[in-house]
Amino acid sequence: MASPLRREDVAKVAKLARLTLSEAELDLFTEQLGQVLEHAKDIAALNLEGVVATAHPFGLINVVREDVLRPSISRDAVLAMAPDAEDGRFAVPRIIGEAP
Amino acid sequence: MVVGLEVHTELKTTTKMFCGCANAFGAAPNTQVCPVCLGLPGSLPVLNVRAVDLAMAIGLALHSTIASSTFHRKNYFYPDMPKDYQISQYDLPINAGGYLDLPDGSRVSIERAHLEEDTGKSTHLGGSGRIHGADRSLVDYNRSGVPLVEIVSGPDIRSSAQAHLYASELRGILIATGASDGRMEEGSMRIDANVSVRRVGQPLGTRCEVKNLNSLRSLQRAIDFEAARQFELIESGGTVRQETRHWDENLGATSTMRTKEEADDYRYFREPDLVDVVPDGAWLERVRGTLGAMPAERRATLLARLTSPNAAQLDALEVVVDLGFDDYVLAAIDAKVDAPLAMARAANELAAGIENIANLSRDAFVATLTMEQSGQLSATQAKTVLFELLAHGGEPGDIAKTKGFEQLSTGALSDTVSELIAQHPNEWARYRDGDDKLAQFFIGLVMKFTNGQANGKAVIAELQARR
Amino acid sequence: MKSARQIASDVQSGARSAESEMATSLAAIHAKNEELNVFLFVDEAGAREAARRVDERIARGEPAGALAGVPLALKDNLCQEGVPTTAGSRILKGWLAPYNATVVDRVIAAGAVVMGKTNMDEFAMGSSTETSAYGPTRNPLDPSRVPGGSSGGSAAAVAADMTSLALGSDTGGSIRQPAALCGLVGLKPTYGLVSRYGLIAFSSSLDQIGPLAKNVADAALLLEVIAGHDPLDSTSLPEPAPSLVAHLKDGVAGKRIGLVRELFEGAEDEVVASVHRAAEALRDAGATIVELAVPEFRLGLSAYYLIAPAEASSNLARYDGVRYGLRVDAQDVAAMNEATRTLGFGAEVKRRIMLGTYALSAGYYDAYYGQALKVRTQMIDAFRRAYQQVDLLVGATTPTVAFKFGAKTANPMAMYLSDVYTIPTNLAGDAAISVPFGTGECDLPIGVQLLGPGRSEAQLLAAARVLELADGRP
Repeated sequence: MASPLRREDVAKVAKLARLTLSEAELDLFTEQLGQVLEHAKDIAALNLEGVVATAHPFGLINVVREDVLRPSISRDAVLAMAPDAEDGRFAVPRIIGEAP
Repeated sequence: MVVGLEVHTELKTTTKMFCGCANAFGAAPNTQVCPVCLGLPGSLPVLNVRAVDLAMAIGLALHSTIASSTFHRKNYFYPDMPKDYQISQYDLPINAGGYLDLPDGSRVSIERAHLEEDTGKSTHLGGSGRIHGADRSLVDYNRSGVPLVEIVSGPDIRSSAQAHLYASELRGILIATGASDGRMEEGSMRIDANVSVRRVGQPLGTRCEVKNLNSLRSLQRAIDFEAARQFELIESGGTVRQETRHWDENLGATSTMRTKEEADDYRYFREPDLVDVVPDGAWLERVRGTLGAMPAERRATLLARLTSPNAAQLDALEVVVDLGFDDYVLAAIDAKVDAPLAMARAANELAAGIENIANLSRDAFVATLTMEQSGQLSATQAKTVLFELLAHGGEPGDIAKTKGFEQLSTGALSDTVSELIAQHPNEWARYRDGDDKLAQFFIGLVMKFTNGQANGKAVIAELQARR
Repeated sequence: MKSARQIASDVQSGARSAESEMATSLAAIHAKNEELNVFLFVDEAGAREAARRVDERIARGEPAGALAGVPLALKDNLCQEGVPTTAGSRILKGWLAPYNATVVDRVIAAGAVVMGKTNMDEFAMGSSTETSAYGPTRNPLDPSRVPGGSSGGSAAAVAADMTSLALGSDTGGSIRQPAALCGLVGLKPTYGLVSRYGLIAFSSSLDQIGPLAKNVADAALLLEVIAGHDPLDSTSLPEPAPSLVAHLKDGVAGKRIGLVRELFEGAEDEVVASVHRAAEALRDAGATIVELAVPEFRLGLSAYYLIAPAEASSNLARYDGVRYGLRVDAQDVAAMNEATRTLGFGAEVKRRIMLGTYALSAGYYDAYYGQALKVRTQMIDAFRRAYQQVDLLVGATTPTVAFKFGAKTANPMAMYLSDVYTIPTNLAGDAAISVPFGTGECDLPIGVQLLGPGRSEAQLLAAARVLELADGRP
C-alpha cells in the first residue's frame, strides 16, 4: 500500500503540477519525498474503517450570501497586474488541447 | 445507438456563484471581475443562496433526491480557470437520481444535477479562430464564476430524435423553474452528447463525447453522424477509441480533438473554503412553494380546455407553453374567449412581441380578445391593439378609441352595404342566387370603403339579411 | 519599544503623537533592517499618512481606536492594497495587492500604523524563514540563529523593537514557534475566529492569522481587533470578537490543566525543564495539574504533512503566469506555466506541491490523503476526550531554542520535526498560545505552550498571563 516513491512517479507528478525538474532534482526529490512517505507509514498502516473525515471542525453549515450585487474591480486595476494583455483581455501563448 | 446527454446551464442569478460580481451576458471584457472570481491570492468563495435555490428547483422538477452536499475541487491547469481548479460537486451532489418523462411517452433517467462554477472565455488569435493553429489566446473572465448546474442523464436515449425531445423538454423545464433562459446561442445552455453503438442485447459499446453542439438541430445531426461513424468503423473491423470529438456544423462531421498526453487526474478533494449545504425541510418547502407547473403539466392543462383540437392547434399549444403564454390563454378561455382564437393570438401576436411581454397584462389580453370576439374589433384591429399594448402598455379600450377603431354603427354599416350593392348589381344578383363566394367580394368592398373598420361578421349578417 | 497598550493610551490621551511613535519605529527599522532582513517592504509614505490621520482624529477629539498610533508589522502573505505582497516568493515579486485583507482593514480602522511587510518562509512553508526567496531573517536575540518560521519576520520585527505588534499566520506552528524562538507571545486562534480573507492561502483548513507581541495583554488587544465574523470568509465563525482583555486577570484558580507527555517528549532538556516549571507555576496559582497521555498526537506530523501539502498543491496552482506575478514566456501556455513555476518557486515549495499532488492522485488518495483526513478526526476526538478531564493542556512549543542557520536544512524531515508539538492544534482547529518561560542554551528564550478547546482564547490568555507573571514580567 504505502510503497516508497519511484522516480517515474515523481516525474509524472511534476508534470501534473507543471514543474520541470532536472535529473539531479528528480533524484533528490524522489529520496526526500520518499522519506516523508516512509514517516507517513504510521498512519497508512492504521485501520480507520468507519472513521469519517471531518468537514468543518465546528460543524458550520449553510453559510451563504444573498444574491446582491457588490462592486467589481476596475478593469484598469485588473489589467495593470497582467503580464501580457491585449484588447482588455489577458494574453497567453497558444493553448494546446481543448479544455476537459 | 446509446446516448447520454450532459447539459450545462447557466443559472439566472443576479450575481455570480461565489462573489457579488454581475452575472450578465455581453459586458466589455474583464469588467465584471473581483478578487474572488479572478482567483487572486487570498480570495475566498462565498456561496450564492439563489444558486442553491435554483439548483433545488431543478432537482424538484426532475424528481431527484435532494440531499446534503459538499463542494469539491476539480484540479487542472487551463488559462480560462483563474484558480486552476474548478469548484464543483463530486460524490455528494445536491441532486442525485431522478427522471424526465418526454412527450413521446418515454422516460429518461437522470443521474445527477449538481452545482459548479463556470470558467472564463478564451478567444484564439491567428489561424482559423479555432484553438488549433492559433498563435495566442485572449482570456475574458467575466464568465468565470457564473453559477452552473450540470445535468447528467442516464444512457437511456436511443435515437437522435429522442435526444432532441429530451433536450427540448429539459430546456422547457429549466425555463419554467426560472433557473435558466435556455439560450443555446448565447451559451447559457450547453449540451455534450455521449454516443456509443451496440447490437441489441449486447453490453454498452465504447462511447465518445461530442462537444460544440450549439443548437438542438446540431445535436440531432451530430448524434446521427457519430452513431453512423462508429457503426461503420465497427462494421469494417475497427474499434471505437474512447475520445472527445468536436462537431463541425459546416462540415456536418465530428473530428478528434487533440488530446493531451497524460490522462486527466483531477485529484478531487473536498473544498476546504466552503462548508456543507444541508437543505432542511423548511428550505425545500420554500423552494417547492415557488415552483410553478412544469411544461408537461401545463400542456395537459391547456389541452384539457380544447375541444377536438386539430394539428395546427396542437402545434400552437406547444408554442404557447414553450413561450410561457399559457396563463394568458387560460385567462382568456376562462373569460369565454374561443380557445382557438386565444391560442392563435398567443402563438402569433404575443410571440412576435415576446421581448416586451411584461407590458401586456393578462387582463388587457383578455379584454382585447373579448372585443374581437364580440365584433367590436376586427381581427386586424385586434392585432394592432395587441401590438400597441406590447410596445407601450396601456388599456385596450383607450387604444381602440385613439386609433378610431369605433364600432361602425349598425346604421352606418347598413347604409354602406346598401350603397355598395347598388354599385355592383351583377355581383349582388349572383350572390342572391346562391353564389356564396361573392360574400367575400362584398366584405372586401365594405372593408375598403370603411378603412377596415367594419366587422366581418356584422357584414355577413347584413348580406344574409338582404339575400 | 513600549507596549501597544501604552502607546495607544499615550496617543489617545495626547501625551504622544502617532507621528512620533511612527518615527521611533521607523528609526529602529532603518537601524537594523539591513542586518536582520526583517522587512521586505517598509511603507514609509503609508506609515506617515496613517500616523497623520490618527493625529488628526485625536486633534478633532474623536476616538482613534484601540490601537491608536501603534506601529504594526504585517506578514507578507497578508494582502494590503497598493502594497507589494510577495508571500516570500519570487513568483509574486512586484505584485501589488489590489485589495485589503479583512484583518488589515480592521487594524487600520483601529488606528494601527502599518509599518511594512515582513519576511517569511516562502508561501509559509518552513520553520526558520530560511526558505524565503529574499534571504533569511536573523534572530534579533542572536543574529547567527534563525527567528523561527514561517512568521520569522513578524517575530523579529517585534523582538527587535521595530514595531510593537505584528500579525503572522499559523498553519502548523508558524506563529507560536517563532514567538518561542524570539521570546514573544504568539497565539494561534480557533479555526474560523479570524477571517482568512486576504491571507494568501497555504493550507486552507489549517491556516489562521494571529498576533505576535511582547506581552500577553498586547496579544489580547490585537486579537480582539482582528477577531470576529467576516461574511467574506465562509469558514468564519458566526459570532463577533470575544472579550479578551477584560479576562486577563481571571487567573487559573480551580482550573484543571493537563501536562501532556506527547507535547514535550523528545525536547531538549532545558525545554522540558521549563515545561515542568511552568506546570509548577500554574499549580502555585491554584490550578490542578493532571498528567495526561494523548498518544494520538504522535500521528499529527504524518497527517499534517499529507493534508497541508495536498491543499497547498491546489492553492498554489493559480500561480501560472497568466494573470499576475512572474511570467516566463514559452511557445505554448502549458510550457509557459511550467517555466514560470519552475523559476518562481523555491525547492521547499516544489517539494510540498509534489508531495501534495502525489497524495491526492488517483490510486494514492485513499492511502495517504484520505487516511490523513481520518486521522484528523481521531485527533479532534482525542482532544475532546482530554478536555472532558481538563480545561487546558500545557507543553512545549518547540523542541529546541533558536537554532543556527543551516542546522536543519540538510534534511526536510529534520525541519518538519520542529512543528511536532504545534501541529495537533492546527489539525483540530483549536486554539493555542506560546508564552516565554525561562531560558536555555546561551540565554535563549524558551516558549511554553498552552492549548485549549475551540473558542477558549480568554482562558488561554489568562493562563498565559499567570505564566508571564511567574516568569518575572509584570
